[in-house]
Amino acid sequence: MTRPRFDMGRLLAVARKEVIQLRRDTRSLVLAFLLPVLLLILFGYAITWDVTDVSTVVVDHDQSTRSRELVDAFRSSRYFTVAPELDRTAEIAPLLDRGGAQLALVIPPGFGADLESGRPAPLQAVVDGSDANTAGIILNYTQGVVRTYDTRVRFAGQTLAPPVQVRSRVWYNEELRSRNMIVPGLVAVIMMIIAAMLTSLTIAREWERGTMEQLAATPVTRSEVVLGKLLPYLGIGLADVAITSLLGVWLFQVPFRGDPVLLTILTTAFIVGALGLGMFISAATRSQLLATQVAMVLTFLPAFLLSGFMYAIDIMPRALQAITYLVPARYFLVVTRGIFLKGVGMDELRTQGLLMIAFGALGLFLAIRVFRKEIR
Amino acid sequence: MSAVEVAGLTKRFGQFTAVDQVSFDVRVGEVFGFLGPNGAGKTTTIKMLTGLILPTAGRGTVAGFDIMTETEAIKSRIGYMSQLFSLYGDLTVEENIGFFSGLNGVPRGKRDARRDWVLEISGLGDHRTRLTRELPLGWKQRLALGCAVLHEPSLLFLDEPTSGVDPISRRSFWDLIASLAATGTTVFVSTHYMEEAEYCDRLSLMNRGRLIALDTPAGLRAGYREPILELTVDNASRAADALQDNPVVLDAGMYGRLIHAAVRDLEEARATLPGFLSEHGIALSDMREIAPSLEDVFVSLVRAEGGAPP
Repeated sequence: MTRPRFDMGRLLAVARKEVIQLRRDTRSLVLAFLLPVLLLILFGYAITWDVTDVSTVVVDHDQSTRSRELVDAFRSSRYFTVAPELDRTAEIAPLLDRGGAQLALVIPPGFGADLESGRPAPLQAVVDGSDANTAGIILNYTQGVVRTYDTRVRFAGQTLAPPVQVRSRVWYNEELRSRNMIVPGLVAVIMMIIAAMLTSLTIAREWERGTMEQLAATPVTRSEVVLGKLLPYLGIGLADVAITSLLGVWLFQVPFRGDPVLLTILTTAFIVGALGLGMFISAATRSQLLATQVAMVLTFLPAFLLSGFMYAIDIMPRALQAITYLVPARYFLVVTRGIFLKGVGMDELRTQGLLMIAFGALGLFLAIRVFRKEIR
Repeated sequence: MSAVEVAGLTKRFGQFTAVDQVSFDVRVGEVFGFLGPNGAGKTTTIKMLTGLILPTAGRGTVAGFDIMTETEAIKSRIGYMSQLFSLYGDLTVEENIGFFSGLNGVPRGKRDARRDWVLEISGLGDHRTRLTRELPLGWKQRLALGCAVLHEPSLLFLDEPTSGVDPISRRSFWDLIASLAATGTTVFVSTHYMEEAEYCDRLSLMNRGRLIALDTPAGLRAGYREPILELTVDNASRAADALQDNPVVLDAGMYGRLIHAAVRDLEEARATLPGFLSEHGIALSDMREIAPSLEDVFVSLVRAEGGAPP
């Protein structure tokens, strides 16, 4: 078999043609440039796992100085928003049912007196448990406020510090804001969307429209076609990463502590892998509809659900955890979050970096390998 | 040297033999017509010659290169226009030309000249910025032909290029083919329009995967042995049906409101057919012998080879 020489001119001709077609395709342009911004704003503003401003109601049967001090302690915490007091315990249930309150504190009669005389002073907290995760966090915060108040009362007037005191400090995401986790992760998800919704169509479309036959009759080689088609999407991908990162930093004050060059290099490898995978699916199915569906299942969904973007991998069932090792986005998330939040360099990211480059090479290999110019 | 030379060319798809032991050669500079009913194996043969599919068996060369092992070398030396319109509908006329210039390796310095030449021969100079999908089919086909010869190939393969195109556009398309041939380009063209066959230097006929005739149009007519009678009747369709069952008639078909009947014996037919028709209640007003058309020749050849594929 004669092996034709690799020709940059032909590759660029394919790339230029692809750009012209993309420019005229509104659907693709929306997917490429509007969707990432939309996702960023959606996740940045609307979807957040932070628990703040817990709407709190109080029934104070004690009406003592101590009970009022405790309520004030809640009022002054930024995690709670305390509504005007209720008169009767019976009013709590309907409020929680309606979602009018997330937390109800019931202070029993004699609370202040018990506290003064050093007896145990019980306190009731009723939490809306319909979202177990949020409920747990609210209870933790509640106990925190109560414990602080308790300490203050018991050691009032003494200069002695409490025997053991934990001073916790959170690193990397100091304010525990979920946005800080989301923005770096979104980069991976957006790349997979481009791979699934745009790249997966590009070769299948040529088969469906019959243009592949004319292409096949020219001396263009399969690596020229695959690389030529990949180039514009790589450009879109990198532009999206830049847009997402800049918006994340400016709009949502996500810290960027690492090296932008390193991020660009590893992101490029990841994008090439994702696009190659999309193109592989496109060439293998030869049908636009089928290609999109397969690509959604193989690229987008795992990146969204199993990469650690939406759900922490640690809390997944064992079987699912095992699957996540096969999801490239899982490793890419370590890269982006590491560079954004921790400012780590190539030393810390050696494994993930090599995996990204391996993924990029695999994607390209698969796409070029499966792509056949021969007409069946 | 021949432009195309094949021997024993065969393509099987599973159990089905699409092309069966085909051998022929195409001379440099000729317009070579490739005819046959649908499903005869014309397109499969062209795809093997243009390097789009590999033959199951046989050997051959195209432009001097082996069709088994040098398909890529062949591709850079031929022009090919596929059966279906296969330019990019969402690219303009100019952009399609530019794209195929790039793919076919037209040198950068020659691209503008080649583009202008294609715009001129296809008559699309005033529509260069229109999206290709908006053009009428006849124009699209002229553009496709232009894109196929951008790199000035010495050998051009056209697979039913005028299929579905109106007669006027078909005529101007063939003028284009003629002008390319005049500059020395070898043209290999498949068609199922008989009047187009007349424009070819030599004709080959395929049926059921096999090559059943190859000659000049005049040679094919001369080799035709069965007399043809042209009958003028009052009800052509009933007459054609009835004549199919007459033992002296080999084949009868309608040509507009006339009947062309190929007969076994001219004298016997002249003697018996008027009575036969009137028995079927059909009035015969005229009956004369005519020279066979190419269509008559092909119908007869295909019939002798067991008929067209179902």
